[in-house]
Amino acid sequence: MTIDKGDKLPAGGAGGSPAGAGEGTVPRRPASPIEFRLDAASGVPTYLQLVQQVEHALRLGYLKPGDQLPKVRDVVASLAINPNTVLKAYRDLEAKGLAAGRPGQGTFVQAGLSQVTLPELAGLRKSLLGWLAAADEAGLDENGMVALFTSALRDFHERRSGPRTRGGAAGDGTEGVA
Amino acid sequence: MSMSMNVIEASGLGKRYGGTWALRECSLAIPAGHVAALVGPNGAGKTTLLNLAVGLAAPSAGGVTVLGGLPAGSPEALDGIAFVAQDTPVYRNLSVADMLHLTRSLNRRFDQSYARARLNELGIPLKRKAGRLSGGQQAQLALTLALARRPRLLVLDEPVAMLDPVARHDFMATVLAAMVDDGVSVVLSSHVLAELERVADYLILLSRGRVQMAGEVDDLLAGHRILTGPAAEAGNFAERPVVHASRAEAQAHLLIRAAADDPVPPGWEAHPVSLEELVLAYLREPGAAALPGPAREPSKVTR
Repeated sequence: MTIDKGDKLPAGGAGGSPAGAGEGTVPRRPASPIEFRLDAASGVPTYLQLVQQVEHALRLGYLKPGDQLPKVRDVVASLAINPNTVLKAYRDLEAKGLAAGRPGQGTFVQAGLSQVTLPELAGLRKSLLGWLAAADEAGLDENGMVALFTSALRDFHERRSGPRTRGGAAGDGTEGVA
Repeated sequence: MSMSMNVIEASGLGKRYGGTWALRECSLAIPAGHVAALVGPNGAGKTTLLNLAVGLAAPSAGGVTVLGGLPAGSPEALDGIAFVAQDTPVYRNLSVADMLHLTRSLNRRFDQSYARARLNELGIPLKRKAGRLSGGQQAQLALTLALARRPRLLVLDEPVAMLDPVARHDFMATVLAAMVDDGVSVVLSSHVLAELERVADYLILLSRGRVQMAGEVDDLLAGHRILTGPAAEAGNFAERPVVHASRAEAQAHLLIRAAADDPVPPGWEAHPVSLEELVLAYLREPGAAALPGPAREPSKVTR
């Protein structure tokens, strides 16, 4: 594994002193909208934690196409992790088509995971909270809610991707639950 | 720096103190661009290997080269390597400024402005006596003096053993940032296993003066897995090398060498192995076969 200079600003480059000329014309590039954290107890490999945090941020709209991912040097200096680990995570995101490296600048978000706007997300979240309250009212504990949601999600997925021969909701046995 | 070169290459390397071999028939090749961790129990030969590589000791057998073939201890080798010895020693009665001056006059290459800027950034006053700095500051001072020599290889012997968690984190963050900024390769010895997984991407396991296992961490982890299943069947794994087995009456856990796509036997569950688990298993089984590292020569038996 080698360090890709593409995610490193050359010495004295734009990342160095912001006191250079042209302050009035070029707005200072904002830092990445997100910051990584590590959960040492999770058992999830470090590079995968970084990948998952980017995907999570994309889903929730914290990251949008064109946004910069944290610079490798900044991640290394703040978390004290191996730079090759960060590069591995960014390569993984590139392979998934979610990010792209720009030589001499860093790695940027290429595509979003969510086509949903923030207000829409907020609305969906609100109705989900309503559902959670109803489930709680009915006496379901947290594990029960997760199990029910996961099972419903599986049904939803099957119905959408599977052959549409079964016709509607009949025959999948969910009616009797309530 | 060529990424395909080896920063340390040893062949049949041995060091004897009196009648005792501290290191024996050591053959390895550590590629550039990594943080390579040298692990092993006390007395395994870690410090001896590092001392031989930086030219502080002469081999009793075999040879060692650094930075793509330079003889260890040669002037060219010394120019390219910075070494921070165990307990990050500083001269307690010298001021920080005196330490800077001393290091500068002892080395052909020394970046004074880098050193001053870093000490300023760290809030370490130049007038302060080195002995009056905190443990973390003393370690950072020793590291700053080492990095100011602009090395291509940074060698650290048990760098964080004496430091508190915050100082440990800050010290390693400085080392890893230097990797990004200057492309420096790092070889360090450590027995703080828990933190290795975040820091090291290359591992050399030394045991009783010999290399037991060496390779890229990702490859080592991908080449091992834990199998859990009925203890009665634990004997059926003769064809797969079992590194370490722990078994109770009914259930057994086996750490085996296996590729990711190896089939799991019916009735058994496979789990990925963590670096700490892997190292502990090998340390507990000093006889377990070593894995060949890349570009490693067949060890020469001279007997």
